[in-house]
Amino acid sequence: MTALAQTAIIRSLRTPKGTIAGAWLLALVFMAIFAPVLTSYQYDVQNLKGAFAPPSAEHWLGTDEFGRDLLTRLMYGARTSLSVSGIAIGISVLVGMILGASAGFFGGKFDRAVTVVVDLTWSFPEILVALILVAIIGPGVTGTMAAIGVAYLAQFTRLTRAQIMAIKGETYIEASRSLGASDAYIVFRHLIPNALAPVLVSAMLATGDAIILEATLGFFGLGAQPPTPSWGGMMSSGSALLFKAPWIILLPGLAVAITVIAINLYGDALIRALDIRERLRQA
Amino acid sequence: MLSYTLRRLLLLIPVFLAVSVIIFAIIHLIPGDPVDNLLKVGSGPEQRAIIEARYGLDRPLPVQYAMWLGKVLTGDLGTAIVGRRPVADLVLQALPYSLALGSLALLFSTVVGIFLGVVAALNRGKLADQTIMTGVLLGSTVPSFWLGLLMILTFSVYFQWFPVSGARGWSSLVLPVLTIGLGGTALVARVTRVAMIEAAGRDFVLLLHAKGMHPMRIQLRHVLRHALIPVVTILALRIGWVLGGAVTIEVVFARPGLGTLLIKALNQHDYPVVQASLLILAMAVMLGTLLGDILQAAMDPRVRAALT
Repeated sequence: MTALAQTAIIRSLRTPKGTIAGAWLLALVFMAIFAPVLTSYQYDVQNLKGAFAPPSAEHWLGTDEFGRDLLTRLMYGARTSLSVSGIAIGISVLVGMILGASAGFFGGKFDRAVTVVVDLTWSFPEILVALILVAIIGPGVTGTMAAIGVAYLAQFTRLTRAQIMAIKGETYIEASRSLGASDAYIVFRHLIPNALAPVLVSAMLATGDAIILEATLGFFGLGAQPPTPSWGGMMSSGSALLFKAPWIILLPGLAVAITVIAINLYGDALIRALDIRERLRQA
Repeated sequence: MLSYTLRRLLLLIPVFLAVSVIIFAIIHLIPGDPVDNLLKVGSGPEQRAIIEARYGLDRPLPVQYAMWLGKVLTGDLGTAIVGRRPVADLVLQALPYSLALGSLALLFSTVVGIFLGVVAALNRGKLADQTIMTGVLLGSTVPSFWLGLLMILTFSVYFQWFPVSGARGWSSLVLPVLTIGLGGTALVARVTRVAMIEAAGRDFVLLLHAKGMHPMRIQLRHVLRHALIPVVTILALRIGWVLGGAVTIEVVFARPGLGTLLIKALNQHDYPVVQASLLILAMAVMLGTLLGDILQAAMDPRVRAALT
């Protein structure tokens, strides 16, 4: 698996689109992690005298309505947006793989139960599932993560199940079983590793959608609560100032848009590198 | 066809029940006790018991659910906490706005999406194809509410062609419909293009060419008809997404509608309104998906055959 991952990453970076997208994503993660070192400003210290400043040598992207440095807030916002989306999708993939793999492997009543629930949530738009979750858990980072995790759970469960169903009839599985391999051994040693590539790539693409979902919830005022900066939250407070200072809302939106496009381009490069387009369609 | 429709309608009942249980649960899962809000400061356990009895909160949960469901089915959605108006009135007032926005956006993305997909497929690999596909990628990755804000800045503030917000007249519909529609357009265009290219490679197309039929006529009369089947499938699956998009975009354009109602209620912790709008939205999604499925069965004889 690691060898496959290595080849995939190397191959995906060979195309120009893959290189540019990969570089942006890497730079973004770097900025998010090292935000406190990269900027001398604090994201929550107000300076009302310097509010609405245009871009300058001191404030590269200008300041917001409270005189806070926008570039600083964008970098810290990347922290919130990326970690909330990434962690939520990570947990969702893990749970989805366990559910999908057991449903596909064991079949029977359990499979039918999982399929019914998954198909039920599948038919609802993610934003609606997310809003139901936020209504239950309440606004904030936890609510947003739960909302994202549950909203995409159906997708990962379906995809894993489809992969397992496609592989489990193969001769080498039968051979392994005849050699005395246990169910758990077959699932963890053969089925899951074989299903991993399409599921992980779809998880990466879903992270892009999750960033939009996180930003949308933030824009509704239901995401990370102030003063914690998130891209959606910045747009939420900026929307009232659309006419006075449009850049406050345009910049975080641009950050979301470029990041999501980069994730899609890189995901596409990975799909080509791994040659799994057909397998992704199976779900 | 009729029996299929009826069967699908019956299948909606368990789905509706499952969704209603989840939505009913919201009020019991949120942190905090709703009775606390209704009690006056310094009231004792007797007053609490009276209030609990009045709202039926002293009964077991399944009974409470049955009572709630019974009320919902008779159209009694409770009273809003903020403003003290019947929730049913609020929802009925908002619904037509959302339906108008959603259906127009669906129409827009279907028509424009199929058109772009056909043009791209006919010019496969050429400049027109590449331009359309790049535009489609951009359209599907840009967050829709941000796109909406960009549209407001460009067309309402700078050019002053359309009103900034509100729901007065047709002109206020243009930008929201465009914003929601563009996301769907991308999907429809992509599916149409792939389906057209795939269908053009079939044997019957070769035969039509051999017969000497005009290539354009082959593409539009025969290939496109085949290609429309997956397009209808994807549209059937995504009808709900249009309503989801409407929720977001209504807030951006400050239009009245279910989305605006829901988001405002969520921010104000007005749970009866939250429950009602989520329930109506979920039902709209279910009915939309059903409509799409029936349409698909009506269009494709193979789907019909598989069903009976």
